[in-house]
Amino acid sequence: MKPVAQQLVESKRSLVLLAIFGFVILPFLYLIDVLSIGQINMIGRYMTFAILALGLDLLWGYVGILSLCQCTFFCLGAYAMGMHLAHHGGPEGIIDANGWKLPACLFVVYPYDVGESSGDALVPFFWKPFWNLPLTILLGLLIPAICSFVLGYFVFRSRVRGVYFAILSQAIAVAGWLVFCRNDVKLCGTNGLTRFDIIAPAESLTTFHPENAKDQWINSHDGDMGQDLNADGKLDQLDYSMAEVGFSLSEPNVQLSLYLLTLACLFGSFFLCKWIVNSRLGRVLIAIRDDESTLNFFGYKPYQYKIFAFCIAAALAGLAGMLYIPQMKIITPSNMEAVRSVLVVVWVAVGGRGTLRGAILGALTVNLLYNYLTSEHDYGLFSWSPDYWPIFLGVAFILVVLYLPNGLIDVVDRLKARFGKNSNPIEKV
Amino acid sequence: MISEIESGTDDCLVNKENLALEKYQDFLPSKIKREIWSSKFLLFVEDLSVSFDGFKAVDIPQFGIKHGELRVIIGPNGAGKTTFCDLVSGKTPPSTGKVYYDGKNITQMDESDIALMGIGRKFQTPTVFDSLSTYENLLLALPGNQYWQDNLLRRESKQEKNQILEILEKVNLSECRDIAAKSLSHGQRQWLAISALIISKPKLLLVDEPAAGLTDLETERTADLLMELAEDHTIVVIEHDMDFVRRLGQKVTVLNEGRVLAEGSLEEMETNEEVMEAYLGR
Repeated sequence: MKPVAQQLVESKRSLVLLAIFGFVILPFLYLIDVLSIGQINMIGRYMTFAILALGLDLLWGYVGILSLCQCTFFCLGAYAMGMHLAHHGGPEGIIDANGWKLPACLFVVYPYDVGESSGDALVPFFWKPFWNLPLTILLGLLIPAICSFVLGYFVFRSRVRGVYFAILSQAIAVAGWLVFCRNDVKLCGTNGLTRFDIIAPAESLTTFHPENAKDQWINSHDGDMGQDLNADGKLDQLDYSMAEVGFSLSEPNVQLSLYLLTLACLFGSFFLCKWIVNSRLGRVLIAIRDDESTLNFFGYKPYQYKIFAFCIAAALAGLAGMLYIPQMKIITPSNMEAVRSVLVVVWVAVGGRGTLRGAILGALTVNLLYNYLTSEHDYGLFSWSPDYWPIFLGVAFILVVLYLPNGLIDVVDRLKARFGKNSNPIEKV
Repeated sequence: MISEIESGTDDCLVNKENLALEKYQDFLPSKIKREIWSSKFLLFVEDLSVSFDGFKAVDIPQFGIKHGELRVIIGPNGAGKTTFCDLVSGKTPPSTGKVYYDGKNITQMDESDIALMGIGRKFQTPTVFDSLSTYENLLLALPGNQYWQDNLLRRESKQEKNQILEILEKVNLSECRDIAAKSLSHGQRQWLAISALIISKPKLLLVDEPAAGLTDLETERTADLLMELAEDHTIVVIEHDMDFVRRLGQKVTVLNEGRVLAEGSLEEMETNEEVMEAYLGR
């Protein structure tokens, strides 16, 4: 018999299956036109949710911290990437006094002071670092991690735990939502970030000099009005931002690549979590879940471990958000509403809390069902209305809790035990 | 204790040659007093008291445990035995008074720092990590890997592994090494908790009711194990089971209503009227 912690973590076969399915079968189905690019794109988005769920599972399933603000961290990552895409995308918007292109989404809801007009709109300073793609990726991981570190440092050190932490994190989610809804913070308010359709890694690496970029570009094209891409009768930076085209986000190949990138990141996050869980630190995490106060008397400081797990989960949420946004092409504060974070908990609970595979399974299953059951279906005698979805989800949640306390992953394991070659049932812990 | 010096009862703090000095201890500067004490005692407490909602659970003016001593604390229910352990190990902050360990004031330190200084604790109910295997439970108890950065990359060394296997052998848990601790029997869990305490190599062991819920045979073996440990550790045992205490055959402190009632051998205690009254009620 293997050590318990190893049993906790997954057999290899289902992983290989998932890899083959994700990397080979789905792209193949797309190439032979069984699946549309829209469906591939949708599965890609659901995989970002799976990354989000993995982070929560590490936190809730292994350390026993029920965090109800994971979607806030998800949105921090998404907004970071959204600002990057808005910088580079689209011919709309204006050129501000500093020569930066003010993205259309910010321009339409710009919070002017009294007496200001559209000429006074400026790209805010905190938008500027997101011009650069590598920096954006770094910040998209670091901002959630730093926020969670600050929160965790104060909360876990003062030994707020259990349901009190859950309530606190829920309050954080609501507070975050309220902040992002405001126009004053110049993150586009309730409209959210949108109107981006280009991802331009190469362009983003060139240092942006707003004072001469436009002139350089205009000079180098020698007043060629054929480059007046938005046909407003003048060559300006708005054309420039269209001309240095990167990859169009509505291009099927780009969408397929994003899907594959998401899948790779999902595997990367999975192995990261698996490595953490299998390490000695992972056992300490499980010990915290079992009996935190006893661990103190062995000289451990549980808050260090909890902060660590919280930061990892937040960074994974940020990563998920960054991958989500180019596939969804819009991010609004409604993504960080308190109920969204609770839904993540539902995915993990349905899939199987405390097993990493379960989190992935839960996120994908619930979201695919959501996708199917929120459209109308006519079954002859009975027609399914999208309104039934919350009822369905509630019933499914109760049934899973009642009959499959280990989550859907239990079904997989039972089937495996029954039909698998080596029919030793995996001992659930 | 001063009152006991005067009444001529046994010493907890005083031995005969220092009696003259102790008599005048109230006039000595507290720093010198503390130095004298810390040379004699591994652990000593001063004016230690804690009250919960006005109820004084522990009120001990002075009390010390010598280096290498095995001390048994007995007392009726609610006498403050476990609370005393809580105060020493940092679980409960005292209302007044100070706790000194190895000459250092540990009163305000938190429990993990106290544990790192070498005070190990076994709780009344066997506290083990249910989801972890027996082996993993002991792995976590090993000293020297308590900070998170130590744990991420390091695997257990061969020596550490042998250490764990050795102790599992000693407490007859070798066959259970990969079994989750929650499927162990109560006795095995007690043994596991004690093994975890031993393997963490504390200088001072606070053992709270090691024999609770054990069979007679297991109780005997626990007593033998403690005697063996006592050779190179300082141990405080809290126990209800008189047979167990008799088997240890060590100096006994009787606590009652948070105060030290008497000290001496178990035989002396059994003939002490005050003690019998406290136990049997009046």
